[in-house]
Amino acid sequence: MAVSQMISVSHVSKRYAGGYQALQDVTFVVESGEMVFITGHSGAGKSTLLKLIAAIEMPTSGSVIINGQNVSAMKSGAIPFLRRNFGLMFQDHKLLFDRSVYENVALPLAITGFPRREIAKRVRAALDKVGLLGREKSRPITLSGGEQQRLCIARAIVNRPAILLADEPTGNLDTAYAEEIIGMFESFNQVGVTVVIATHDEGMIERLGPRILHLDHGRLGP
Amino acid sequence: MNWLLGHFDTLRESLLRLAQQPLATLLNVLVIGIAMSLPAGFYVGLNNVQTFSRQLSSDPQISLFMAMDAGAADVAGIEQRLRTHGDVGRFEFVSRERALERLKRSAGLADVLADLGRNPLPDAFVVTARTNDPGTLESLRAEAVKWPQVEHVQLDAEWARRLDAALGVGRLLVSLLGALLATALVAITFNTIRLQILTRRDEIEVSKLIGATNPFIRRPFLYLGTLQGLAGGGAAWLIVTSAGMALNLQLTELVTLYGASFALEPLSVRDSVSLLGLSAAIAWLGSWLSVSRHLWQIEPH
Repeated sequence: MAVSQMISVSHVSKRYAGGYQALQDVTFVVESGEMVFITGHSGAGKSTLLKLIAAIEMPTSGSVIINGQNVSAMKSGAIPFLRRNFGLMFQDHKLLFDRSVYENVALPLAITGFPRREIAKRVRAALDKVGLLGREKSRPITLSGGEQQRLCIARAIVNRPAILLADEPTGNLDTAYAEEIIGMFESFNQVGVTVVIATHDEGMIERLGPRILHLDHGRLGP
Repeated sequence: MNWLLGHFDTLRESLLRLAQQPLATLLNVLVIGIAMSLPAGFYVGLNNVQTFSRQLSSDPQISLFMAMDAGAADVAGIEQRLRTHGDVGRFEFVSRERALERLKRSAGLADVLADLGRNPLPDAFVVTARTNDPGTLESLRAEAVKWPQVEHVQLDAEWARRLDAALGVGRLLVSLLGALLATALVAITFNTIRLQILTRRDEIEVSKLIGATNPFIRRPFLYLGTLQGLAGGGAAWLIVTSAGMALNLQLTELVTLYGASFALEPLSVRDSVSLLGLSAAIAWLGSWLSVSRHLWQIEPH
């Protein structure tokens, strides 16, 4: 297998306990350094697909292979280490509102076990990249919607991930903010990060002319 | 090195967290302390009774008292029997004169004895059996009663053995009480940590999503629980020790009245360390069960 295959999803189906079929026979490959958008109506299975890639959920059938590692065959003890390759942006942000901006961004590094000085350096660099340097001591609740989204980006990139997975990163943002955020993803992609973005906002990405995986009722469409 | 620093950081954070909620922490520590002080206190009490009883009796002895009109020939006869008897280990003859001497010296009864005019004490043998087996002692006693001119045979250590049996029951009770309260302690820490988990639910979820291992997530809660257990053990130690000191003040007065000297021994260093270690370990277990249950619940299935 070529090393350049960063994400390989083959014949993946996901059926939830209630009998709901979220994904059906989905197959695609994302090369290393690629930037891919997953589009589709709400409920098409975009979030499910991202969760399968990040090993947050397991496929009912088929296989997900990340950088040569078969996720479904992985021991549960190995999954945390797999996840450290990802920068994750969640649809519901999942910011910690009882922690400062700094602490939110420091969390992935603390988990990996970086020494405190190294953490401080990297957190400042990440906050600088998203334009939030100087807000380190603020609580996330005092940030605007766009700023919160940028905080999520800082947390996702602080551990210099190989793959950035973002679920509706521009949802609820006006066009100017959304463009800014997409611009950030482009710049990460340019330095070699593989980027996968799920969005229902197809109009906004047209001008980029990127590779698009379109999901329709759990199936990959043309 | 990083690993050690990580633990040090967690310890610092846990201490801070405990200090941020002083009342809740204090109450938890008190509950654990009181729960642990009960078996620990009983244990101290039992140990003291045991040392006290050891001071009073060593090997069980049998005292053979001769009849008042027994002569030297009778005494020699008994001595012969004792010498040849298989169950007898050592024996000592205490003549009535020597017994009187001893009595005069020991108990301050010289005046009373002088007034008596004649020696009221019989000749006696103090016998130590070859074994301390109660059956042997009893049969020896029964046999000796029938010997000629033997007036009375007394098994000195009877009460000591009864006390020993009672102590055995006491030790069992302490173990039962300890086991019960240890279970309660597991339940207490389980719940305390569960509350902590609930307030940090989001943090746990996010951490797990971005690559935290289960041990990493467990660690702060284990520290939190163990620290409280340790502090609870310390509280129990304080309770037992101060109760012991208070009791000692009263006891000293009491036993002085009886002309004896006796002081309660506090918990030894080894027992103190065990107490602290045990309550820390039990609290650790409760915390571990609590976090593991929560982690299992949020694990993707």
